[in-house]
Amino acid sequence: MTHIALPEPDHATIARRSDIVAGLSAAIGADRVISDEDGRRAYETDALTAYRRMPLAVVLPRSTEEVASVLRYCNREGIKVIPRGAGTSLAGGALPAEDAVVVCVTKLNRVIDIDYENRTARVETGITNLAISAAVSERGYFYAPDPSSQLACTLAGNIAMNSGGAHCLKYGVTTNNVLGVRMVLMDGEIVEIGGPHLDAPGYDLLALIVGSEGQFGIVTEATVRILRSAEGARPMLMGFPSAESAGAAVSAIIGAGIIPVAIEYMDKPAIHVCESFSKAGYPMDVEALLIIEVEGSEIEIADLLERIVAITKPFNPQSVKISQSAAESARIWRGRKSAFGALGRISEYYCMDGTIPLGRLPEVLGRISEICALQQLRVANIFHAGDGNLHPLILYDANDPDQSSKAEIAGAEILKLCVEVGGCLTGEHGVGIEKRDLMRVQFSDKDLALQMSIKTMFDPQWLLNPAKVFPLDGRPPIAAAAA
Amino acid sequence: MKTLLRPAADWELANIISDAAARRLPLELIGAGTKRAMGRPVQSAAEITLKGMLGIMLYEPNELVMSARAGCTVAEVEQQLASRGQMLPFEPVDLGPLLGLDAGQGTIGAVFATNLSGARRVYSGAARDHLLGVKAVTGHGEMVRSGGRVMKNVTGYDVARGMTGSWGTLAALTEVTFKVVPRPEATATIAIFGLPDEIAIEVLCKAMSTPYEITGAAHIQQGPASRLWSSAIRRGGKAATVMRLEAPSKSIAYRAEKLRQLFKAYGELHVIDTQPSLEFWQEMRMMTVMQGSTHPLWRISTSPKLGPAVVAAIARYTPVEAVYDWSGGLVWVEVPMSADAGATDIRRVIALHGGHATLVRADAAVRNSVDCFHPLDPGVERLTRRLKSTFDPAGILNPGRMYATM
Repeated sequence: MTHIALPEPDHATIARRSDIVAGLSAAIGADRVISDEDGRRAYETDALTAYRRMPLAVVLPRSTEEVASVLRYCNREGIKVIPRGAGTSLAGGALPAEDAVVVCVTKLNRVIDIDYENRTARVETGITNLAISAAVSERGYFYAPDPSSQLACTLAGNIAMNSGGAHCLKYGVTTNNVLGVRMVLMDGEIVEIGGPHLDAPGYDLLALIVGSEGQFGIVTEATVRILRSAEGARPMLMGFPSAESAGAAVSAIIGAGIIPVAIEYMDKPAIHVCESFSKAGYPMDVEALLIIEVEGSEIEIADLLERIVAITKPFNPQSVKISQSAAESARIWRGRKSAFGALGRISEYYCMDGTIPLGRLPEVLGRISEICALQQLRVANIFHAGDGNLHPLILYDANDPDQSSKAEIAGAEILKLCVEVGGCLTGEHGVGIEKRDLMRVQFSDKDLALQMSIKTMFDPQWLLNPAKVFPLDGRPPIAAAAA
Repeated sequence: MKTLLRPAADWELANIISDAAARRLPLELIGAGTKRAMGRPVQSAAEITLKGMLGIMLYEPNELVMSARAGCTVAEVEQQLASRGQMLPFEPVDLGPLLGLDAGQGTIGAVFATNLSGARRVYSGAARDHLLGVKAVTGHGEMVRSGGRVMKNVTGYDVARGMTGSWGTLAALTEVTFKVVPRPEATATIAIFGLPDEIAIEVLCKAMSTPYEITGAAHIQQGPASRLWSSAIRRGGKAATVMRLEAPSKSIAYRAEKLRQLFKAYGELHVIDTQPSLEFWQEMRMMTVMQGSTHPLWRISTSPKLGPAVVAAIARYTPVEAVYDWSGGLVWVEVPMSADAGATDIRRVIALHGGHATLVRADAAVRNSVDCFHPLDPGVERLTRRLKSTFDPAGILNPGRMYATM
């Protein structure tokens, strides 16, 4: 799985490595710089592990000012910078380059202030997603976006990729939950954007920054919304004989005016893998499984679940099981959240992340099967049905170069299909290197030129994470030189 | 007299803009013009209205998504949504009546171009939070698109959202695709009367910190409250502190009782039914209590709990009437006429407390001489200026509308 072209590194920069390490050490102290080979190796890839590149050096700043010093130095010396959180990107968003310095923010992980009255928290962005919720859970609050990697992934990475999660149907994604950021620009300037108030003045710069894949600057602090948890939540499992009936059931629930906090869909291969791994109690004889979760008080939950059961009756669910205990609920979610891990035990897989209009689900699943069958590969599908975010997991043998490349071909075909039916290439993982060369499937050259001009505006020399997001050809001259 | 242009197709608009860009001819870009009396007046030879861009292009109630061309009125969009039991999630305020025009004239494109949000914003987010995609024409005269019609999309930068709130100074939005939500089965308003501002905001912040999903949290001072049309909330000219519940009837009864228990120490809690509640929140949407006056009106955004302190500080300089929304995070402030509409005093207060203040209503002479939009910090201003020149290098789209030199 190494089809994606990475730019040839600048050998002059690599030749200056010891000077650069010395320069970085002078900027923020040698104890913040990792230069030995073993130390650097820990940063040579992210969760798209097929691609590896040993960076020039890794720095672990402990303050915004230290980040600024590093960027100022790299900007002056014309050295590329790869921002990094926990390195959980499935799209290669944190993949280093041999001529680049990795700036890893994981040491910037303090909670600075929690303001329960205003329902906001100010944190450093190296904090993990789950640690934000943990810091406020004692008072019954939580931070809403919940990507599957939330135990490990950092807020910095979430901001870079505008991460989502299973519960964003109700609570939105990262961009809807970040009110302000402190960001270091490539020239070392520190800017404060937004703050504890609900809307920032002037242009919506935050909208551009969230989801900019580390190409605009390094966000070191953020003010995020924290929400009071619901009184309770309960999932229900519904098994269906076909994708059509499950999809129609979801449409009917939403059409009836009920928005559950989560609606997750799994197809048969996914159900079997998850069930055998986690014993969550999923029905094994159905083609499609929905996990539908609702929130509220006991009375409200019972009322909502009863109505959902009534609404979905015409679609002939083969099994309906409402969780009876907190332990059972936890098991049901553990099954779903461990899907990637469970699948990883039986095979290598390539995780796709397109989004489609819900109404096209049966057709899309049918065509995904065809695409994978053509490449003689198996596929399991997990789908955030409420918001249309589809994760086909293409199984392949990593030791077989032929299968690897077939998996990449099938993946690209699936993403093209998502765009064709009115969806998009990536719903929550980001473009990174993985979908970079597919961007023209979704965007015109003019659309891409506008996006790239915004990149140039924030980072005139294209030093920040340059080999990502945009196809390597057709870039502005300065970017082509940098890549 | 300005030349008035009313393109119906995106390509017509693109031609007009690219021609104007080549000739460096400033253009005033409007929808229906209902917010034209807000912000700095634009000096331009030609005016383009997007009112001719008509048509609801897509509506999938079961997927909670609609696409409408920019010139559709909000009223038309809401009528379509209501026919399928749905609504806009962010309840955009209608500034028309505040600025001396009729209600219901504003266009959906302008709602996103100005990021107009109402009371429900505190619960469900602003207009910008529900935008999924746009078609637009930039100041280069290029037709571009960003985002799409699906809920979750991180493909490329979020340029669509980045254009919200830019008041037509970055690009002309020609089509917007946005998320919609089901209308609640029932609505109730919990009201407490006669609370001083500080206590009222304490109540509202506490209410927002409960699990009971308050979808509106406002406090109307005594003066404005006495001008309410809604008899359910206009109680003998007392200040009104109101919390909205929107849910199935069973849930409303349950949550109202919980709130009653929680706040009984603050005074008597009145529970107002669906119909009078809807009427009252419709008034909030049009800010009726601030209508009919020509006094300067400000919209202040600050930390919710600091709202009363901001108002008290302004009151040290000038008489003031205030309506708090978003549990205190949004304050509508009316001050007496003066040469600068109170800008100096209000901005001095904001500098101490944080947040920003926008002048919503003042006569054109004042709006020409004071900063209607809050002055930006130097770092943000530099980025703002660069973003403007990235989208509109000739500086022809609504020049000066937001900031005098941009």
